[in-house]
Amino acid sequence: MSQNKRKSISREKGAGTIRRLKKTSPLRVIFFLIAPFTAAYLAFLIYPLIRVILLSFTNADIAGKGNFIGLGNYAHLIKDPQFWASLWHTIYFILLTVIPNTALGLMFALMIIRLRRLGSTVMVMLFLSYVLPVSVVTNIWLWILDPNFGIINFIFNIKVSWFQDPGWAMPAVAFVTIWWTVGFNILLFIAGLRNIPVEYYEAAALDGATTGFQTFRYITWPLIWPVTSLVLILQLIAQWQIFNQVYLLTRGGPFDKTLVVLQYMYREAFQQHHGGYASAIAVALFILILITSIIQIRFLKAGGKNE
Amino acid sequence: MNRKKYTILGLSATLLTIIISVFWIFPLYWGLKTSLTPDMKTVAFPPTWIPHPLTFNSFTYVFKNSPILRWYLNSVFTSLVITVVVIILTMFCAYALSQLNFRGKRLLFLFFLAGFMIPGATNVVPLFMFMNRLNLVNTYWGLILPQLAAPITVIIYKRFFDQVPKELSDAMCIDGAGEFRILFRLFLPLNWGVTWALAIVLFTWSWNNFFWPFIILNSTPMLTIPVGITQVQSAYGVQYSETMATAILAALPTAILYIVFHRQVAKGIAVTAGLK
Repeated sequence: MSQNKRKSISREKGAGTIRRLKKTSPLRVIFFLIAPFTAAYLAFLIYPLIRVILLSFTNADIAGKGNFIGLGNYAHLIKDPQFWASLWHTIYFILLTVIPNTALGLMFALMIIRLRRLGSTVMVMLFLSYVLPVSVVTNIWLWILDPNFGIINFIFNIKVSWFQDPGWAMPAVAFVTIWWTVGFNILLFIAGLRNIPVEYYEAAALDGATTGFQTFRYITWPLIWPVTSLVLILQLIAQWQIFNQVYLLTRGGPFDKTLVVLQYMYREAFQQHHGGYASAIAVALFILILITSIIQIRFLKAGGKNE
Repeated sequence: MNRKKYTILGLSATLLTIIISVFWIFPLYWGLKTSLTPDMKTVAFPPTWIPHPLTFNSFTYVFKNSPILRWYLNSVFTSLVITVVVIILTMFCAYALSQLNFRGKRLLFLFFLAGFMIPGATNVVPLFMFMNRLNLVNTYWGLILPQLAAPITVIIYKRFFDQVPKELSDAMCIDGAGEFRILFRLFLPLNWGVTWALAIVLFTWSWNNFFWPFIILNSTPMLTIPVGITQVQSAYGVQYSETMATAILAALPTAILYIVFHRQVAKGIAVTAGLK
């Protein structure tokens, strides 16, 4: 309500002489300001989106040449066991990463925020991995988890081929992903925690919230909830598009046990040259991302209101 | 606040935090240690915790036997171009959206906002075909152009420009300053902080981008650092110290950038997530 009011007031203000002055800025200036970015946006984001949908109804090759085949690709897709397997592997990866990574991020943020002089050093140590290229991360972990000479197998005196073992491959990729990206979540949580006014904690202390847990349960948790739901959504969207780490650590193996949707799309497009079918996979992934984010946003908003 | 000074609980929590962060950084240390150890010793049992004997041979080997310098150049050039061009284009666009009146302004803003819903990865098949038709596969342009469509930067700049007090821009306007003068003399200086933060984050993101360069580049001299080093690894076979030296060399630019500008990175990421 008050926001609407404020808006209408500023609009009235905008009707003054100054606004009229500004309105005279010539159309070519406006065009020069907005056209370059709008053109890039249309050409490299909107056009490909429309094109991928159109392609998904064709049997195009990777050069884009092909004929309209209606729903043929989709009919094939819902009966394609490899697609379903890759979908399941992606969901398995999401289950292994999204919630643990968010929980760890919040936990580390709470640990860092109470530090004073050490805080920024610890933050740098936890965040450093996030700024590294994915291939650096995977090369280092391929060495640390090397079956023969890796330090982890040496310390625990075991011989596990982490990335080649059907049972361990995906959890190992998930672990590396968490190690790599948790810093991002910590950073968002710290920004969120800094936004909580100190007075709330003082008031809670006056009201008799004595233990750290009570303060967390009644002040921190409900007030950090918007950030928590943001972190959950950002991760869900990112993890649906998992490809790089899996490809670099396991190549989708062993026996396609870690083949994920995007890698399946990549394989169909650039190795099998099935541009149309790959587009159908992309559209399916796009729809899945859209639906799960909408469900998640609704669910998380409801969760916030109950607090 | 004062009463939680130096309690046993507080001290042990601090200690635990330090232990965790040491564990977290350990893999990077281990990579560095391996890169400084002679190849023969990397697989020795039991492993040594510090590089012994210390040697830089693997680094000189990598410089001599791989095109890593060329990959550095590719990465520096393309990431810089992407960063500068995105900053300029989105700043212009956001200035118009924030300060000027024109038809369809609100619609255009919503249109950019909708861009958040498009996951970049699902667009690569038509993007590749598009670049292929323009003969831009395996070129700098093919690598750069698709990374320019970053609507999030427009949204952020607009939010910051909206907060600039009207009186300031009105005063300049009355003095007869044109839009570009107002933008460069007023809005940009007032927003240097966020501009730097965004620039560093954009640079890091485009430097680290893997999926698109992996698809659009297909000859060894054209590769960027993140894609290039995956080839070196397979070429070396089991030469662990060379593989780690390559990884360390590839990690250095963004790692140093982050350590020097960690405040700006933190700000930039919080801003892109809408938290500041």
